[in-house]
Amino acid sequence: MTVFEKPKSLTDAELHYCPGCTHGIIHRLVAEAIDALGIEGRTIGVAPVGCAVMAYNYFACDMVEAAHGRAPAMATGIKRSLPDRIVFTYQGDGDLASIGMAETVHAATRNENITVIFVNNAIYGMTGGQMAPTSLPGQVTQTSPYGRDVATAGYPVKVAELLSGLDGPEFIARVAVNNVKNVNNAKKVIQKAFQNQIDGKGFSLVEVVSACPTNWGMTPQKALEWIDEKMIPYYPLGTYKDKSAAEEAAK
Amino acid sequence: MTTQILIAGFGGQGILFAGKFLANKGLLEGRQLSWLPSYGPEMRGGTANCSVVLSDEPVGSPIVNKPDVLIVMNLPSLDKYEDAVVPGGTIFVDSTLIGRKVRRNDVRVFYLPATQLAQRNGIATLANMIMIGKVLKECDFTGFDNIEDAVRTVVSAKHADLFDVNLKALKLGYES
Amino acid sequence: MAKVLMKGNEAIAEAAIRAGCRHYFGYPITPQTELAAYMAKRMPKIGGVFLQAESEIAAINMVYGVAATGRRVMTSSSSPGVSLKQEGISYIAGSDLPALIVNVQRGGPGLGGIQPSQSDYFQATKGGGHGDYHLIVLAPCSVQEMADMTALSFDLADKYRVPSMLLADGTIGQMMEPVELPAPQEPVFEEKDWAVTGTKCQRPHHIVNSLYLVPEELEKKNFERFETYRSIEENEVRYEAFRMEDAEYCVVAFGIAARVAKNAIVAARNEGIKVGLIRPITLWPFPKKALADAAKQCKAFLSVELSMGQMIEDVKLAIDCSRPVQLCNRAGGMIPSPDEVLASIRELCRKAQQEV
Repeated sequence: MTVFEKPKSLTDAELHYCPGCTHGIIHRLVAEAIDALGIEGRTIGVAPVGCAVMAYNYFACDMVEAAHGRAPAMATGIKRSLPDRIVFTYQGDGDLASIGMAETVHAATRNENITVIFVNNAIYGMTGGQMAPTSLPGQVTQTSPYGRDVATAGYPVKVAELLSGLDGPEFIARVAVNNVKNVNNAKKVIQKAFQNQIDGKGFSLVEVVSACPTNWGMTPQKALEWIDEKMIPYYPLGTYKDKSAAEEAAK
Repeated sequence: MTTQILIAGFGGQGILFAGKFLANKGLLEGRQLSWLPSYGPEMRGGTANCSVVLSDEPVGSPIVNKPDVLIVMNLPSLDKYEDAVVPGGTIFVDSTLIGRKVRRNDVRVFYLPATQLAQRNGIATLANMIMIGKVLKECDFTGFDNIEDAVRTVVSAKHADLFDVNLKALKLGYES
Repeated sequence: MAKVLMKGNEAIAEAAIRAGCRHYFGYPITPQTELAAYMAKRMPKIGGVFLQAESEIAAINMVYGVAATGRRVMTSSSSPGVSLKQEGISYIAGSDLPALIVNVQRGGPGLGGIQPSQSDYFQATKGGGHGDYHLIVLAPCSVQEMADMTALSFDLADKYRVPSMLLADGTIGQMMEPVELPAPQEPVFEEKDWAVTGTKCQRPHHIVNSLYLVPEELEKKNFERFETYRSIEENEVRYEAFRMEDAEYCVVAFGIAARVAKNAIVAARNEGIKVGLIRPITLWPFPKKALADAAKQCKAFLSVELSMGQMIEDVKLAIDCSRPVQLCNRAGGMIPSPDEVLASIRELCRKAQQEV
């Protein structure tokens, strides 16, 4: 009989996330990957500033709490100090694609051997629903009350596309967690992003298109549908860069 | 005894290098010393100067405000520092590059066409060390002994080929 | 060990390596670049890490990462760059981690200039970033002290789990003096009961963190940290007293200003003025007691600074404003000459005698 268990790599702490928030699913997928690869005892996670700020309470491995946007720099320090440990960052869109863009791009271009889990829910959650670098054109938020006007606020940052233009990074992919099929795929991709690090391949980033029903002002069910209707058309899923696979194919 | 030396000229004339030579010579003689370069955004061509203090006691300020010995290799430097030299001090002038005479009469002055000498002897970049050779001859704060060791230290292993020409320059200055 | 001729910036780098530091993160800025260049050359040869970060902000956060693993780590910069590091420094202080930050100061504010200055005194000694915290701040005045205090900074940071700062300036960074380097020390890597190194599934996870959302907890944390600071203030004050035995006037200066002041003091003594120098070596903790004791014998104080007058406030506080304190200063990259300081000493003396 298969018993549905909590991954070992999650603590017993109660999650603080809102009902319908997909952070819980993504935490679980990361923990499952760590469990599956048997690396919990040598993994160090870097929590962001944002809704996942208290991820350090939820992951059972050693954890640090970075300054806003600086997780890739801090992860770089940890990895350079302890190269045989597995280091991952868990970051939101404001953290990774706005204030921390320089750290993101440069960790990627150095092909820093770390794993980055990038949760894109198109909004600043913790501070109460402001426009994010990934908020969609026309999206209404607290700081774009008339909808994101691209003439003044610019366009959303497509992180996977942007980073895959660099020569450095090993692996860039975008997944979603709004239905069973997507969750199952996300699980595989996240595990690959950790496996890449174990294999010494380098910077692996998984952008996870996620829901924020609270700040989107939707029911959880509607929010998941909105991902299909609005988010994925703007942020197409798929593998954007897989250097090893490309080299293999070229042989 | 404390000797305060100021070397000044254009960047690229080896002003800092000349100072380093004196500093290394001081080190070999077991003296207290400091070497302080001017630093700025211009890597070449701008003004450069270098303060060297050699002393038998711990060096106080490493900044030479009132040099006992002034070595100048361009006119702006002479204009700027002539009045700062202590009465009874010594000024060395590269007369190839500086047309005018020193106006003060309470200092010793030596004019040496160092740049011209360097060019004539096929060591065009070493007018600085010709000037230093002259300083070693005319001043008594250090001698002409163990110059080989000081040159060896200052040219570094990477530029060992420059050892002979630096010695040649020092001797040219010393003998002129 | 024989003395070698080195630039101050290089002496810091070599001394850090000899103190077992194998991780350096930096970003180019004048006048400290020799330090980074030295590290770039040496670290790869000794199994260390040199990384030129994308910014000072990234560099200090890389430092934060290494510090969280319990290893010796450092960064260096100059004034504008150190401003950028303040966020990270606050996090490091708030997470109780040891690390070394070197500031080879230049004139400010803003982009300022590249010539030597001491105008980051407030920033260094009063916190610098946000929140209640202190750094241990050491102020070398010679190339030898650049080397010695690098090792000391690491030791103190480790001992108290407080980040330390070496506050130098462009002059000491750029100048060469003979220096006797300490014997090399192999990096030691002791398991710390707070560091993140992986749980090996054998212990509860460690969390390196500065976030405390419950105000009672954050308050408690701050009070605990200030207990540590109190112990540092009791045990780690360092200063040099020069010609103070019979001094009637006291000059207070640190770093390069103290070197200039010494020349002026020798000259003043030749004129019969009984003046001495207290040179704070630790700027935080500040040598309050030494100054309070000096106030018992001295009529007046002179703070000599390469700033618009920052340390002078601490001098006044240390002596409880019981004696007049004058300022002798140059700013923006200028350094007072010994004659200027001498003139200020004479003036101090004249005013004090008028008051009697």
